[in-house]
Amino acid sequence: MDLYEYQARDIFEAYEVPVLRGLTATTPAEAKEAAAKIGTPVVVVKAQVKTGGRGKAGGVKVAKSPDEAEARAAEILGLDIKGHVVKTVMVAEGADIAEEYYFSLLLDRAERRYLAMCSKEGGMDIETLAAERPDALARIPVDPRVGIDQATADQIVAAAGFSGLDAAEIARVLQLLGTVYQKEDATLVEVNPLVKTGDGKIIALDAKVSLDENAAFRHPDHAALVDESAEDPLEAAAKAKGLNYVKLDGSVGVIGNGAGLVMSTLDVVAYAGEEFPGSPKPANFLDIGGGASAEIMANGLEIIIGDDQVKSVFVNVFGGITACDAVANGIVQAFQLLASRGEHVDVPVVVRLDGNNAELGRQILTAANLPRLEQVDTMDGAARRAAELAAS
Amino acid sequence: MAIFLNSDSKVIVQGMTGSEGRKHTHRMLKSGTSIVGGVTPGKGGQVVEFERAGVRVFNSVGEAMAATGANVTVIFVPAKFTLSAVVEAIEASIPLAVVITEGVPVKDTAEFFALSQSSSTRIIGPNCPGLISPGQSNAGIIPADITKAGRIGLVSKSGTLTYQMMYELRDIGFSSAVGIGGDPIIGTTHIDALEAFQDDPETDAIVMIGEIGGDAEERAADYIAAKVTKPVVGYVAGFTAPEGKTMGHAGAIVSGSSGTAAAKKEALEAAGVKVGKTPSETASLTRDIMLSLPS
Repeated sequence: MDLYEYQARDIFEAYEVPVLRGLTATTPAEAKEAAAKIGTPVVVVKAQVKTGGRGKAGGVKVAKSPDEAEARAAEILGLDIKGHVVKTVMVAEGADIAEEYYFSLLLDRAERRYLAMCSKEGGMDIETLAAERPDALARIPVDPRVGIDQATADQIVAAAGFSGLDAAEIARVLQLLGTVYQKEDATLVEVNPLVKTGDGKIIALDAKVSLDENAAFRHPDHAALVDESAEDPLEAAAKAKGLNYVKLDGSVGVIGNGAGLVMSTLDVVAYAGEEFPGSPKPANFLDIGGGASAEIMANGLEIIIGDDQVKSVFVNVFGGITACDAVANGIVQAFQLLASRGEHVDVPVVVRLDGNNAELGRQILTAANLPRLEQVDTMDGAARRAAELAAS
Repeated sequence: MAIFLNSDSKVIVQGMTGSEGRKHTHRMLKSGTSIVGGVTPGKGGQVVEFERAGVRVFNSVGEAMAATGANVTVIFVPAKFTLSAVVEAIEASIPLAVVITEGVPVKDTAEFFALSQSSSTRIIGPNCPGLISPGQSNAGIIPADITKAGRIGLVSKSGTLTYQMMYELRDIGFSSAVGIGGDPIIGTTHIDALEAFQDDPETDAIVMIGEIGGDAEERAADYIAAKVTKPVVGYVAGFTAPEGKTMGHAGAIVSGSSGTAAAKKEALEAAGVKVGKTPSETASLTRDIMLSLPS
C-alpha cells in the first residue's frame, strides 16, 4: 500500500526523522487556515497524490501569505495528475534549500535483500538520475537482519560522496529512515529531496512510503491509512467480502481459481476479443482461490454482475485439490444463493471446468440447466465464446 | 532422479496438527510421500492418525530429524508464526524447507532467506504449492493424481497454471514440478530450478512459467542463454495487467515500465525459448518438443 506524502511525513516525524511542519487541507479555505497556523513567511502547497511528477504537473506551488496559499490550493485541488485527481493538499513550512540530495531504501527482489540508494544530486526523478548519471547514484546492499546500522549508514554516505559534518548528520538521518523501514514493515522509503538548509540542517522535504499489506497483523494502526474514498467502489465491496478483485476496463467478467490462472485468463480473453467487433476486453481480475465454495462463488458473481460494464462472464476453473464436481455444485448453489438475495444473473455465463472430475462437474452443470449458463470445455474456446457474447 | 525431492525424501510437516496441515498430510501420504513426522511445539509425543498409519508429532524440527532422519520439511503454520518456524528449520540444518504459507510479511521472508544463505537449507516459497516428483514424493499441496511420472521438468510462479500444465501434458509426464511462489522474495528461483533440471539426467525439456513483476524471468533468460542446453518452453501471464495493481500474488505488479509480461516474453525469446501465447499453446509446444526428441 502506497501512502500519501502527509501520511509518510507523520510516520517520519514519529520516528524523529527531521521534517518540516505540514497540515492537510481539502478546500482552499482550509489551506488558508493551515498557512496561518504554520505562520512562516513562505509556505508550500503540495498536491497529495500517489504518483510522481506532481511538480512538473503544477501540483507544488509556493505561497507568501495565507491568502496566496488559498489561491494556490484552489489551483491545485481538482487537478488531474496522471489520472490522479487531487483531493487533498499539504500546506508545509517553506524551507531555505541550499542543497538537494536523494535517498531510498527498498526491496531488492533479485538479490533478495534490501537496497539503499543515495545521491548528492536529488530533486530530479530517480529513474532519470539512474539512467543519465548512474555514477552519481550510490547503491549499497543492506542486510535485512541488520538494517541500516551506523556502519551501513557510514558506508552509504561515503559511497554517495558526503564528508565531514554533513556525512555524520546524514548518516544519523538514514539510520532513522532505516528504522522506519523495518519497524513499519515498509517495502519502500524514499526521500526526494533530502535537503540541506541554508543553516546546515538536514531535512526530509518529501516522504514516500509503501507498506507491506501482509504485515497488517503486526500493525493494526495501518488500517487507518487506507484511503477508502480513493478506492473503486467495486474493489471496496469485493475487499469487504474477502475477495481478491481488481477492476479493469472491459466487458467480460472473469472468475477463476489461482492468481496465475486468472492473470492468464485475462490475457486469453483479450486475445480472443481481438476477433470481435469492439474488441471486448476483460472487466476484472477475480481469484476465488482453491476452494471455490458456493458462498465464495456467489459473492464473486455478485460483485461481477454489479459492474454495469459487464456483458458476459467467464468462469474458468481448474479442478486440482477441489475437484470439478464440487466446483460445479458450488456454481449451482451460487445461482440459488443469488436468487435468495434477490439478485439474478442477467448476463450470459460461460463456464469451463477442467482437471479432476471435469466430466462429472460438466454433467452436474448440464443437469442443473441454469438459465444463461453455457459450457465450453477448453480455456481458449470458452474465452472466445465469452468475448463473442460480450461483443453481441 | 528428479530435482530437490525423490523417493528417498523423508518428509516432516510443521503445523501438521492444524487443519490445513492435517488435510494436506493426508493427501501427501495418499500420493505415496514418506511422511515421517509432524512438528508442533508443545505437542511432542502425540500421534496423529491417518488412514493407514499414525504419524508421530515432535516438539521441534531438530528432535524430529534426530528421531526420523527427515530431510524435507513442509511448513503450513500461519503467517505470523512462519518466520520462527523457518528459522527453526534452518537452524536444524534440514536440507529442504518448503514454505506453503501465504501472506508472509516480506520482511520475515527477507530475514529467513538471509539466514538460509549461511546454512545448508534450501527454501522453496513462501506462498507456493510446493513441489512434486510424480511417483516418488509430493511435498506440498499439488494434486498428485492429475499427471504421471515422465521427463518434463516444470518450474512455475503459479499454482493453478502448474496444475493446468501438468494435466495437459499428463500423457507425457513430469520428472519434477516445482511451484516457487509469487511473492516478491522467494527462496528458490527459476534459475535455481533451471540449473537443477539442466543437471538432472531424467529431465529432457523444461517448462518455465512466469508472470508480471520483478525481473526474475529476464534473469532466467540470461541464464538459459548462457547455461541451459536442454529445450525450454516458456509462458508468461499478465499481458493485460494494469500498471500499479497487485494481481493476486503479492509480487505480481507492474511498476512503471518494469516487470511487464511483454518484456519478459521478449527476453525469453531472445534466449531461444519458445514462448506460448496461452497455456494450451505452451503445452502444445512442449508436446512437440518431447515427441521430436530421439528416444
